[in-house]
Amino acid sequence: MPTLWFLIVALMLVAYVVLDGFDLGAGAIHLIVGRNDAERSTVIRTIGPVWDGNEVWLLAAGGALYFAFPQLYASAFSGFYLPLMMVLWLLMLRAIGIEFRVHSTSPVWKGFFDTIFSAGSILLAIFYGAALGNVVRGVPLNSDGYFFLALWTNWRVGPNPGILDWYTVLSGVVALVALTVHGGLYVTAKTEGTLNERARKVVSLLWPLLALVTVFSLIATIWIRPDVLTNYKAAPLGYLIPLLVFGSLIALFFYHAKGKEKAAFFCSCLYLAGMLGGAAFAMYPNLLASSSNAANNLTIANSVTGSYGMKVALRWWLVGIIIAIGYFAFLYRMFRGKVATAVGDGHGY
Amino acid sequence: MESALLVHRLHFAFTVTYHYLFPQLTMGLALLIVWLKTMALWKKDERYNSAARFWAKIFGINFVMGVITGIPMEFQFGTNWSHFSRFAGGVIGQTLAMEGLFAFFLESTFLGLFLYGEKRLSPKLHWFAAFMVFAGSWLSGYFIVATDAWMQHPVGYEKLANGTVMVNSFWHLVLNPWALWQYAHNMSGAVITGSFVMTAIGAYYLLSKKHVDQAQIFIRTGIAAGLVFSFLQLFPTGDGQGRMIAHEQPVTLAAMEALYNTQPGAPLLIMGQPNSHSGTIDNPLAVPKMLSFLTYKRWNAEVKGLNAFPKEDWPDNIPLLYYSYHIMVGLGTIFITVMLVSAFLLWRKKLFDARWMLWILMLSAPFPYIANIAGWMTAELGRQPWLVYGLMRTAEGYSKMVSAGNGWFTLLGFMGMYTVLSILFLFLVYREIEHGPVSVPVPEKFTKEAAVAAAH
Repeated sequence: MPTLWFLIVALMLVAYVVLDGFDLGAGAIHLIVGRNDAERSTVIRTIGPVWDGNEVWLLAAGGALYFAFPQLYASAFSGFYLPLMMVLWLLMLRAIGIEFRVHSTSPVWKGFFDTIFSAGSILLAIFYGAALGNVVRGVPLNSDGYFFLALWTNWRVGPNPGILDWYTVLSGVVALVALTVHGGLYVTAKTEGTLNERARKVVSLLWPLLALVTVFSLIATIWIRPDVLTNYKAAPLGYLIPLLVFGSLIALFFYHAKGKEKAAFFCSCLYLAGMLGGAAFAMYPNLLASSSNAANNLTIANSVTGSYGMKVALRWWLVGIIIAIGYFAFLYRMFRGKVATAVGDGHGY
Repeated sequence: MESALLVHRLHFAFTVTYHYLFPQLTMGLALLIVWLKTMALWKKDERYNSAARFWAKIFGINFVMGVITGIPMEFQFGTNWSHFSRFAGGVIGQTLAMEGLFAFFLESTFLGLFLYGEKRLSPKLHWFAAFMVFAGSWLSGYFIVATDAWMQHPVGYEKLANGTVMVNSFWHLVLNPWALWQYAHNMSGAVITGSFVMTAIGAYYLLSKKHVDQAQIFIRTGIAAGLVFSFLQLFPTGDGQGRMIAHEQPVTLAAMEALYNTQPGAPLLIMGQPNSHSGTIDNPLAVPKMLSFLTYKRWNAEVKGLNAFPKEDWPDNIPLLYYSYHIMVGLGTIFITVMLVSAFLLWRKKLFDARWMLWILMLSAPFPYIANIAGWMTAELGRQPWLVYGLMRTAEGYSKMVSAGNGWFTLLGFMGMYTVLSILFLFLVYREIEHGPVSVPVPEKFTKEAAVAAAH
């Protein structure tokens, strides 16, 4: 049962990254691909009706994590106190950027909100990558299962690291590049004309960089935490996951070159799911590893709630998730097809 | 350590108070908008549709504010109250996760359809979208109230070997009797905010002789709902909530009334300042024996005073609790009076020319906000010194790893962020009000073509 909830939480987080990932990516290239008000307004309209719902996956995943593994929620949220608060502020800034841009009429303020939206998106992508880097690298958990990390210490991966060290910065860069490509493919698939061409160009330029940093981060991960390979050695079927990552990365390149926009975007989704899935597979059954003493690791066994809670939650979760998927299918169907470039109100209906 | 506890309490109190300025309006407005949409369908009157469209815009701005200030609340359970989360996550995580899965997905899907889909959807489907937004926001409210209710009155849980608690009866948790009263009282309060705001803007338009048709609809709808819910707020919801507190948290009741000594025939204080040195009330203005009657339905019933309880179980800020409670009740009484007088004038067909009353209605808008916040302060200050009543003290629940310095850093950050938000929010709402509902000529006969034309 704890394993099942581990899978559920992981799946919901993957759903969040894949869905909100293209919102962030679209935001990251917003100022580059959109050169005038009409174009920028179109970029926002590609995510207008969905970004809010996509973000709900973060809350839903957080909620599931909260009741299934209360110890992890308590420990990770208080330990990553400062970066999480900054994530909150960035999420706010981004929402302000999108929503208030729609309502403002002055070009000065539109430019201001465009910049806030784009900067917020870029920083969030980096923060999420760094967060994943921190989880993979491990944190200095004490014997009570708590820790607190400063934003940075000496930038080295040691027993007392900061939130930012060279490894987590690398993870942040990987996330930024990956989500920018992801968002670029999304914008390509949702737009026509100049916007489509510019978004294509961004993807073509960034693809070699993405391949490069993916390989780098893989090597770096094995170097700083050789034990990530334990699960793979124990269950060699797991090697399919990195295979999926590289396979989808290569397929992405070919589909993109051929102009198959949807297929390329789908490959990007697979790539992101593979990266996260690979990390989750390597960590299991740990939820948060200790950088100082493996005895202090938070595992699914020592963080989990009781069995009645998990059982009863599984029932409502299944009902809820089916309804939620229904909403999403409906919403994305309503909103299918390309968004025409026009001066609009920023919402895609 | 003492100051870290203080900053974590202020952190949550500040962010949740600011947050609740928005949901109380959107939950109340959601019901009123469904009402306006129903009237538009039923009476085939396009004026109701343009009224609904105007309020949808106000709703939309407030909803976004509610979402962006609401996300930090879920985070703060973990960031600032991690020892509490570790202890209680197995219970309250359930209700919070259900809110995400059942309410947020629903709201985010239908809000877009409701706000931007009127041209695409048939009138009935658009009504349905409005109804789903209402259902989602009221469902969301229920899960939050159920979470708080468990902290006020823990039920349906068991202790695990590692010292934490887990839900052991799903239906006891979800149907906590405390939650049912608290929800009724809270939602009624939200409708009062919605009604007063709607009436106030109607009054403003009438006073400035603009958008007269819609203004009259705003005022009629607002007063009808305001009258009904102001009474419901007092009875049975307020009464039920009060008796539950008397029964489950008697020390809280004593502190709310600043009643130090146990006495039969206890008076109900209207005004006066609690004096903690002497254990009495300075400058009291009281109705004799009323508290005994209201609490136990007997004039001479004995009400236990604070001195009957160990001091370590007293709420830790008695004056603030006392004032919050009295401000809430005092304003609630004023709301009933204002709505009764307006309803009378409306019935005599004199209200729309009674400028003095329109001024009162316009200036009343902020007060339901104060009353709702004061009500929540009564509930949460009254729960002290417990974080989970009888199970965990507030001093045990905060994040021991997060120092006061880091807490102040982010609290000040939120204050700055919310100042900016407030400015943007007020600017946008002001502009929508000045723009007003777009008046459309009433078509001879309500046709689909006319509705489509009106929508453009």
